[in-house]
Amino acid sequence: MPRPFTPKVVTASDLLEGDVIYLTAEDGWTRQLTEAELIQDEAHAQLRLLFAESQPNSVVGAYLAEVKPGPRGPEPTHFREAFRATGPSNYAHGKQAGA
Amino acid sequence: MYSYSDFDRAFLAERNAQFRAQVERRLKGHLTEDEFKPLRLMNGVYLQLHAYMLRVAIPYGTLNGAQMRQLALLAEKWDKGYGHFTTRQNIQYNWPKLRDIPDMLDALAEVGLHAIQTSGNTIRNTTADHFAGAAADEIADPRPLAELIRQWSTDHPEFQFLGRKFKIAITGSPEDRAVTAAHDIGLRIVTRDGEQGLQVLVGGGLGRTPMIGQVLRDFLPRADLLPYLEAALSTYNLLGRRDNKYKARIKITVHENGIEEIRRLVEARFIETRAEFSGEDQALLAQIEAQFTPPAFRGGNTETYDAAYAADPVFRAWADTNLAAHRRADHAIVSISLKAPGATPGDATAAQMRVMADLAGQYGYDELRISHEQNVILPHVHKSDLPALHAVLKHHGLATANIGLISDIIACPGMDYCALATARSIPIAQEIATRFEELKLEHDIGPMKIKISGCINACGHHHVGHIGILGLDRAGVENYQITLGGDAGPDAVIGSRTGPGFPAEEIVPAIERLIRAYLDLREDAAEPFLATYRRLGDAPFKSALYDESARTKAA
Ligand code: SF4
Repeated sequence: MPRPFTPKVVTASDLLEGDVIYLTAEDGWTRQLTEAELIQDEAHAQLRLLFAESQPNSVVGAYLAEVKPGPRGPEPTHFREAFRATGPSNYAHGKQAGA
Repeated sequence: MYSYSDFDRAFLAERNAQFRAQVERRLKGHLTEDEFKPLRLMNGVYLQLHAYMLRVAIPYGTLNGAQMRQLALLAEKWDKGYGHFTTRQNIQYNWPKLRDIPDMLDALAEVGLHAIQTSGNTIRNTTADHFAGAAADEIADPRPLAELIRQWSTDHPEFQFLGRKFKIAITGSPEDRAVTAAHDIGLRIVTRDGEQGLQVLVGGGLGRTPMIGQVLRDFLPRADLLPYLEAALSTYNLLGRRDNKYKARIKITVHENGIEEIRRLVEARFIETRAEFSGEDQALLAQIEAQFTPPAFRGGNTETYDAAYAADPVFRAWADTNLAAHRRADHAIVSISLKAPGATPGDATAAQMRVMADLAGQYGYDELRISHEQNVILPHVHKSDLPALHAVLKHHGLATANIGLISDIIACPGMDYCALATARSIPIAQEIATRFEELKLEHDIGPMKIKISGCINACGHHHVGHIGILGLDRAGVENYQITLGGDAGPDAVIGSRTGPGFPAEEIVPAIERLIRAYLDLREDAAEPFLATYRRLGDAPFKSALYDESARTKAA
């Protein structure tokens, strides 16, 4: 039996800054995971990933990351995505600094 | 130390101009990421978890004051005010912007530094004993040979696309501080019948399949170094596997073919390569060696040192742990710890870098070294200058007296920065150091090397830590596996795994149980952890790790 689809976001690195970006429902990119488009279905996920990959001159290494819906928007399910969404734990650098 | 020739400067300027143009083309969309990635990697530019990372080589760990000041400038101007010294005598900048990196490389070139071959399947930065040229126990300074290797291997056309990365380390001292046995090729300067030569080890390496290097050649005349390396590299280049990334390092080639077969092939190829070398390398080596003459050591008595040592317990504690024997009795080798409890191992701020550069200028003949243990060394300081130097270090938070002790932890960047990581390492190092600082047990415990890696690639050398910690991802949770009994010294040993790993919140208590077991079990305070472990085996330590945790859980 195919495994049920778990919610996803499209994420990548910004070509210029190298920082973590997420695809929004409005076809833009955001630095905040909570503002990312929550993708609920496999076919749509593949389309959104293709859309991201069609922008190789601003976006590097796009992939689908697993998330769960939260009150403020998508939330990470894995600690790697949690670190990407916040920043390193030894200094208040990265996204946590800009919040 | 070596200073660039016109040829070196022109070569580097051209490489940097090429890379600047490549970045431009990437930004304009004329190069795809697939095309650009190998080019940026050849110049030390990674794309990590939160940002680009620039890895700059510090050849054989040697810097002068101007270079250290330039590293500080890069940290301030294009990064977040600090840099991270790694276990391979590199410095990493964690936050550069792609557009700025060509400027950073040009700034490095101004002081004779570069990032070439700090990545990719090439010969990487040749690392060396961080006490090179200063240690009392040294046979010869290994750095002229290391510089010769740097020049030979940089842009060597035959070795730009090896099956996998290739790491060489060299030591000139029997007290191997360069972990040569854990390198693809390890070189040890030895003497035989009054003649200096090299013992050549091959096939060492940590990572997924940790192995200790085996002796390929017991005694190689110094003059044969490059032809012999060329023979070894070309043998590997042909024979090494390219079908499987995890079996591509030379350690696997040696393991699969056997050391005798590798030796036969290398020696056969060596006959050819030696014939191709016409002596220019030796002429070059002579020029290089002339640049590594020791500084004009000053004389004078050591009374101020003796007085401070007798009167000031803080100075004494620092002197006892952070000084090493210099080849001259009136000098000392100073290790500056970048491991203040709670700090990130190997990180230095721009301000700290400048202080160290200034101290090198004032007291240390303008020389600095970076150790694979992520500390900074002033290799030559007259003892009478030590009290003044210590006072300045103290003022800038650089006088932590912990070299070789439990809080002098090696930790790779782990999942706080590294895209390959499976778990974090830095917070574990911070917590262990902070905990033992609270317990005030550090000096009682004595020599202790804890090494932490954030994934199986083992950049934190966990296999050769007395206590090694490997961070893994176990079903979406950070989990830490412990190895015991590793040793990075001349008779290197791979530690053995104790059993199941511990979740992040249990790893520090687990380490504490291990240490308390050692304190109970040791014969006396003079028996270090490693000796107790070797005497008793792992049973009592496993019991401390697992039985006690089972008991506390049951309670
Ligand atoms: S050991 Fe793994 S996590 Fe640590 S720096 Fe190396 S590759 Fe990254």
